Amino acid sequence: MAKIEAAVPGEGRGVSTYAGGVWSWITTVDHKRIGILYFVSGLVFFLVAGVEAMLIRLQLAAPGNTLLDPATYNQLFTMHGLTMVLFAVMPIGAGFFNYLVPLQIGARDVAFPRLNAFSYWLFLFGALLLNSSFLFGGAPGAGWFAYANLTSSQYSPGHGMDFYILGLALAGAGSIVAALNFIVTILNLRAPGLSMMRVPLFTWMTLVVSFLIILAFPPFTIGIVFLLFDRMFGTFFFEPLGGGDPILWQHLFWIFGHPEVYIVVLPAFGIISEVIPTFSRKPLFGYPVVVYSGVLIGFLGFGVWAHHMFSVGLGPLANSVFAGLTMLIAIPTGVKMFNWIATMWGGAIRFRTAMLFAVGLIAMFTIGGLSGVMHSSPPADLQQTDTYFVVAHFHYVLFGGTMLGLFSGMYYWFPKVTGRFLDERLGKVHFWLTFIGINLTFFPMHFAGLHGMPRRTFTYPAGLGFEGYNLTSTVGAGITLVAVLVFLYNLIRSLRSGEPAGANPWGGATLEWSTSSPPPAHNFDRTPQVRSRDPLWNDGVGPPAAEEEIHMPNPSYWPLVVAGGALTLAAGALIGLPVVLLGAAVMVGGIYGWAFEPIHG
Amino acid sequence: MLSLVVLTAACGGDFPQSSLRPQSDVARSIDDLFRGIFWLAVGVFVVVEGALLVAIVRFRERPGAERPKPVHGNTALEVAWTIVPAVILIFIGVPTMLTLWRIDRPPQGEALRVEVVGHQWWWEFNYPDLGVTTANELHVPVGHTVDLRLRSDDVVHSFWVPRLAGKRDLVPGRENQLWFTVDSAGVYPGQCAEFCGIAHALMRVRVIAEEPDVFERWAELQSHDAVEEPGGEALVETGRSIFFGAGGCISCHTIRGTPAAGVLGPDLTHVGSRSTIGAGVLRNTPTNMASWVKEPHKVKKGNLMLDMGLSDEQARDVAAYLGSLK
Amino acid sequence: MERTSTGVPNEKMLMWAFIGSECMLFASLIATYLAYRGRSLVGPYPEDLLNIPFITVTTFVLLMSSLTMVLALSAVQRGDARGSRVFLLLTAVLGIIFVGGQAIEFSHFAGEGLGLSRNLFSSTFFLTTGFHGAHVTAGVIWLLSLWVLTMRGRLGPEKSVKVEVAGLYWHFVDVVWIVLFTVIYLMSGS
Repeated sequence: MAKIEAAVPGEGRGVSTYAGGVWSWITTVDHKRIGILYFVSGLVFFLVAGVEAMLIRLQLAAPGNTLLDPATYNQLFTMHGLTMVLFAVMPIGAGFFNYLVPLQIGARDVAFPRLNAFSYWLFLFGALLLNSSFLFGGAPGAGWFAYANLTSSQYSPGHGMDFYILGLALAGAGSIVAALNFIVTILNLRAPGLSMMRVPLFTWMTLVVSFLIILAFPPFTIGIVFLLFDRMFGTFFFEPLGGGDPILWQHLFWIFGHPEVYIVVLPAFGIISEVIPTFSRKPLFGYPVVVYSGVLIGFLGFGVWAHHMFSVGLGPLANSVFAGLTMLIAIPTGVKMFNWIATMWGGAIRFRTAMLFAVGLIAMFTIGGLSGVMHSSPPADLQQTDTYFVVAHFHYVLFGGTMLGLFSGMYYWFPKVTGRFLDERLGKVHFWLTFIGINLTFFPMHFAGLHGMPRRTFTYPAGLGFEGYNLTSTVGAGITLVAVLVFLYNLIRSLRSGEPAGANPWGGATLEWSTSSPPPAHNFDRTPQVRSRDPLWNDGVGPPAAEEEIHMPNPSYWPLVVAGGALTLAAGALIGLPVVLLGAAVMVGGIYGWAFEPIHG
Repeated sequence: MLSLVVLTAACGGDFPQSSLRPQSDVARSIDDLFRGIFWLAVGVFVVVEGALLVAIVRFRERPGAERPKPVHGNTALEVAWTIVPAVILIFIGVPTMLTLWRIDRPPQGEALRVEVVGHQWWWEFNYPDLGVTTANELHVPVGHTVDLRLRSDDVVHSFWVPRLAGKRDLVPGRENQLWFTVDSAGVYPGQCAEFCGIAHALMRVRVIAEEPDVFERWAELQSHDAVEEPGGEALVETGRSIFFGAGGCISCHTIRGTPAAGVLGPDLTHVGSRSTIGAGVLRNTPTNMASWVKEPHKVKKGNLMLDMGLSDEQARDVAAYLGSLK
Repeated sequence: MERTSTGVPNEKMLMWAFIGSECMLFASLIATYLAYRGRSLVGPYPEDLLNIPFITVTTFVLLMSSLTMVLALSAVQRGDARGSRVFLLLTAVLGIIFVGGQAIEFSHFAGEGLGLSRNLFSSTFFLTTGFHGAHVTAGVIWLLSLWVLTMRGRLGPEKSVKVEVAGLYWHFVDVVWIVLFTVIYLMSGS
């Protein structure tokens, strides 16, 4: 039982109530530790997916290259997409949610700490299960979008697609559970005085993303359940021979897949909405507009899925409607861009690495956004979809947007998490190498695509004019890889010997900067009282309401047990019924153990 | 600006599969639309990146400067940068809709109908009005509208010849339509654009546009049964006997006018008249044909054609026979 | 009760958000069912098999369980131990009857040649109603667990939010069935 007597302000600072050792990490329910777990796991998968990308680029460096055989290539681009989106970018984002949201809203933890641990284990087990397919006869090779009916047992024999279904079912459930938890946390656990229109932008975007997750993942879940039944029990959901329609999968997938884009990019928008004001020494320009535009982007994100399907032949009416809604999204997105620039305007900008990455995001996302507007037009899209033009577009969005935003957040909050700065000199090297690397990699892809190079092709012939663009992209990918290595070196070095940072090293305005770096297990000695939007810049954190006792939840291994049961159950689908039953039994037992475990000693 | 320079430079080069070098009515209207949107986007790009550059240069922190004024927002500005993009979108949306409703409806007037069937990983073309069936090379007359009806025999494919039209998917259980009128004679390469399995990258297609009289002669020739020349070369004779016998070729391939009536692989009635084999993977030469029938998986991994275990000589003979089917 | 910013207890808000998510799950199932209605290539077809009177009875049973759920909650809130026990158990039993009815229906269909992989109707019907049945089953287990707590006297009025949350779930599953009943059974004739 971690019970901490209220102390005079400051006395609790730096006092760690953490136990050490691996067991303490496995049973942790502390949002900060779970955040670190998410972050480290996400970084590992980022490297895995990066290596996959590098192999893809090496294969495409020259026409007719034979480095990889087609089956391997198809598995690599499938796993690269899945891993980057679901196991790298989302978990790194989740790492930020976990670590920061309770700190930003002045709470001691999330609403359901054990559920939070459970989400993490589900994500990890799902990711490991899917990646283990490389060891058991081959990874899925039908693309992350896995269009039916290529995924049927007839056209995708072997277990690759089964790993896809089961791994994503686990990870998806983890995402939904986590999102439910954050919705309750953000709505219910705010410090006194922290009204919704005072909540920091990063937390706001977390809330929007959480709603997107709980609404977008279920259709996908149903899609993979249908696919599972088609493959294992001979149903006809996506089977044309039985009257089923493969296009149903495309709808279910993109009703999930398009909001997923915003699930991945909005956290980055949230991050730079914190970074830019801090380093410009000015409050965020048009705070309510930035909030509402984020909400609107999320909302509209559910009405545009068929813009991924313009070539399907849904008819001019459907295509017009989806094109119109898609174009509308450009407006709130543009509004965000202008508000960020207006925040910098008239400010006193300090170009620390975090700010460089934030500005880089605006510059790069603009390119990805504009190419997005180009293929919101269905006729133009008919030439662009499924080509390298689209690959260029979404890498400008996902690397130029999301990843640069996440890097910005890493440099910004690293001092809060570790009490030390990331090295600024290495950080600048990291930024410029990344900036040059991604532009060399992705900009030529626009031309390769417009000149007729389709995606998902393991090779291309000489003579179509693709050679130069591809070679340039491969060189750019190499530079990006070097940039990532510089970052890793910086991370490891600074962890050990970075310059020490105080509670508020950048002069930030939000509540997380009011507690020590790293924060104590209970986050705040006293629950802060908030009286404005930028509390640390204006009137500070108000005096504590009263003496308070601090109750922190106990560590628990039940989340791990239940998640382990879920993993066993999923793996059992490939092994046999007894294993399924074992997994179910472990899950049920674990849920009872969990329900009757005393939370507070 | 960089994009501009590269784009202009790129147009000068030789890009036989480029969507930026349209050669049909449909492709040209898409290209016109795209160019309009492109220049608007360039304008927005310049404004946004320009504002960003000015901001980061002008408002760097200077030593000794006071803390900036805490401006929280400006309603007029917010309204402005909501309305201006909306107006720009109208300039994109209206031409988009006009083009969309022109190309995404059945063709007007008389059109040559062709049934396109997607297979892993080759294309079947049937001309129902001409009695012609061929594969992987679509012959069309210049200046005459071609009306493609797209179906799939297995998984989802997408027909894409960038210089002639945008993509259109071939979906099992559905029929799709795509049409265009080619401007001038030539060979226009394209390929499957929807991921369809192992050999997706090698599912190529060539559209051969010919002057109407040339096309008519081609169609006339193709509509006939295979020309069996009695007493041809010895190689051809042996090749024929292998094709109909030990080779087992007839279980998958059709040669009209002979007992060969398989439907799993491409129709070979006039295979000797095609310029490529293996869905555009190899030029149609006797040597290439021999290596293809001997080891189809060496050239095109994953390919569903069976390796019949032919010897070098047998492969050479079968190739000779196939080459004689003009 | 812990203080929350909105005044709504955390558990209750969690359940509301979860129900939002579940709506998308069932919406996907129902949309698929409707999209594939009348597109089976071989029989048996819905109009050959669906026994509307029988399912009307089990539907009524499930609706009644919502009433007993309300009574159970009110008993727990009043601290009425006997009422809590009776109504929680009754709700669970009504749920079991409903699931039992579904089991009878499923085995009857199987006997008539409608296996899971028979046609599009069987695929969509079994998955959609099966998903719902699994939800009812989970609810029954939950209710029985609460009932055990009342038997041990560990579910006083101070813990009524536990019952309230279970009730929210139960009512939601009930409402979903009303939609399914309409879409699958009442609209089967047309």
